[in-house]
Amino acid sequence: MRKGLFSGIFLGLALLAGPAAADDPGVIRLGAAVSLTGKYSSNGAFTRKGYDLAVEKINAAGGVTVSGKPYLLQIIYYDDESTPARGAQLVERLIQQDKVQFVLGPYSSGLTEAIAPVTEKYGVPMVEANGAAISLFRKNYRYLFAVLSTTDEYLRGAVDIAARLSGDPSKLRVAMAFENDPFSQDVREGVLADMKRHGMKAVVDDKLPPELNDMSATLSKVKALRPDLLLISGHDKGASLAIRQMADQRVNVPMLALTHCDSARIAENFGPAAEYALCAAQWASTLTYEDDLFGSASDYARLYEETYGEVAPYQAAESSAAVQVYADAFARANSLDPEDVRQALTETAMMTFYGRIEFDETGKNVAKPMVLFQMQDGKYVVVYPEEFAEAKIRWPTPPWGER
Amino acid sequence: MLDNLLLFVQFPPLAVDVVVNGLLIGAIFALAAYGMALVWGVLNIVNVVQGELVVLGGYVTFLLVQWGMPPLIGVPVSAIVMFGVGWVLYRAIVFRVVDKDIFISILATFGLAILIQQLANLSFGADVRSVDAGLGSLHFLDGMVTVAWVKLIAFVLALVAGASLWFFLRHARLGQAIRATAQNPRAARILGIDTARVYATTYALNAALCGAAGSLAVMAWTIHPYMGLPYTVRSFMVVVVAGVGNVGAVVAAGLGLGALENVAGFVLGTEFQIAFVFALMVTILVWRHLRAARRREHLK
Repeated sequence: MRKGLFSGIFLGLALLAGPAAADDPGVIRLGAAVSLTGKYSSNGAFTRKGYDLAVEKINAAGGVTVSGKPYLLQIIYYDDESTPARGAQLVERLIQQDKVQFVLGPYSSGLTEAIAPVTEKYGVPMVEANGAAISLFRKNYRYLFAVLSTTDEYLRGAVDIAARLSGDPSKLRVAMAFENDPFSQDVREGVLADMKRHGMKAVVDDKLPPELNDMSATLSKVKALRPDLLLISGHDKGASLAIRQMADQRVNVPMLALTHCDSARIAENFGPAAEYALCAAQWASTLTYEDDLFGSASDYARLYEETYGEVAPYQAAESSAAVQVYADAFARANSLDPEDVRQALTETAMMTFYGRIEFDETGKNVAKPMVLFQMQDGKYVVVYPEEFAEAKIRWPTPPWGER
Repeated sequence: MLDNLLLFVQFPPLAVDVVVNGLLIGAIFALAAYGMALVWGVLNIVNVVQGELVVLGGYVTFLLVQWGMPPLIGVPVSAIVMFGVGWVLYRAIVFRVVDKDIFISILATFGLAILIQQLANLSFGADVRSVDAGLGSLHFLDGMVTVAWVKLIAFVLALVAGASLWFFLRHARLGQAIRATAQNPRAARILGIDTARVYATTYALNAALCGAAGSLAVMAWTIHPYMGLPYTVRSFMVVVVAGVGNVGAVVAAGLGLGALENVAGFVLGTEFQIAFVFALMVTILVWRHLRAARRREHLK
């Protein structure tokens, strides 16, 4: 009866492993509610592929050794349908019914925000890779650990570059168009703090509506005011619209920086119109990071591409890193008690192909910087931070008439 | 807000740019709104699935371009494909709610909208899609005023579609049948008009108009599976303002809405653009109500 029920519910890996594996002593079960349907389905799929790839790799290398005994990792997945309430419910179920004691995060800050109170209530650690909202780390959660950089970091690099390139940062005029949602407003907060420090002036500060389908009003303003730096954040649609309409309206700015341009595939979709754009990203396959499991960042990217037949997005890379963090913590804790593992997680200090991972007391990773790509000749090239850069930034962007 | 207004004074061509771009956006709203007016007037259905039909039309063009066709071919092809989709939707679902209460039709088409959103997400993914028509843009006055060719084509096409729709309803046999059915379905049936076919054709025609609008939208902007609502809301609003029986008024209201919306977005900030649309709608409804009340007073 129980067997039948379980195999009916479990998805993917859990199904392959079969319900009999549930009580097998050599298995550590991790649970995750990720978005396989709904508006986050593409990114949810990346998250899952990242988790799966790391689990396969770790298991192939013999699994994790805890008090002298080897354990294999296994993930139980549920589909949260991209809805926060569903995500919280499913994690409750993972903990209560499936007796999972270690949770991997969902995709997006909104879902992480919904799930964190549940894992906190049961004292179950959650290592997440796709919830970057700064608000998550202001609630004194004890069991939440994030491997990625927080949202306020996203476009700070662009402000930094602009300040360095100009002789006098206090003369710089900045235009901002940020979607009116928690993610983009966090990005704005980080940018504003740095602008203030440099004494830069905001000439446009528009909040884009979530149901955005046209940016021409904002872009007309930019065209008239000629700022030195234009910053845009509005998920995939914001990035796509900005590139499309800036070309159509021939808006000239010396420097443009955006979020989400890799997931919006601006290079593939818009070609020359996307040239010179700076894109904030958590990770790039051309960075020089390395670890023992996956090798270098580019090794990871190659493995991912061979396995899934698509270019490795950073969402997958950070998800893989989250599983590595767990494996590392299990081994160091030498125990499978959630409390011991939590303690080990707080002491994490490791290098991965995804970057350095060290958590501060709020659980966010403070050891890894954000990177900025620039679109150069149809390719995404890392230009920031300078110690990991592949090429120099092309600046200023020539006006449309000369491109 | 004041500094945004001052920008208009400092750069007068900017005002032209904002208004012209608004008018061109309005043309695409008008195209979708014709269809809504038609369905509302003839079938007495508020078609909440309007925006999703627009999005589907966009996906048709997107697929065509993926298969290597030139983007502009997408406009007629999307219209034809969506005509078929509209016909099937009517025969399968919509005909069941035609003579029911208007709230039932709203619920039914709302459900249909959710279904189409999810199906689009399943088949095309949640990614934001766009098609580069490769036509570039015109620019005047030192680059201050820019008009994308795609939007200009959309504008002309919307006017042409409006004119042909008007001509079709007035002079074509089927158009006359549609108008007759709209006026009195029972009498039309008695006089030998196949009203079921008229309804199906009207609904399919609406879908075709949406298809053309979607095809233009994917070239001028972007689409994704959940993009439908803004188009539904604007169509609804245009029809509420213009009424169901007047193609010319729909064009005027569509263009006016586009221009006003863009100016509002510029002056008040983009975050208030949609709020402005709704505030405008409420104002117009209240004003109409008061005017109608006064007229009733007069008749007493």
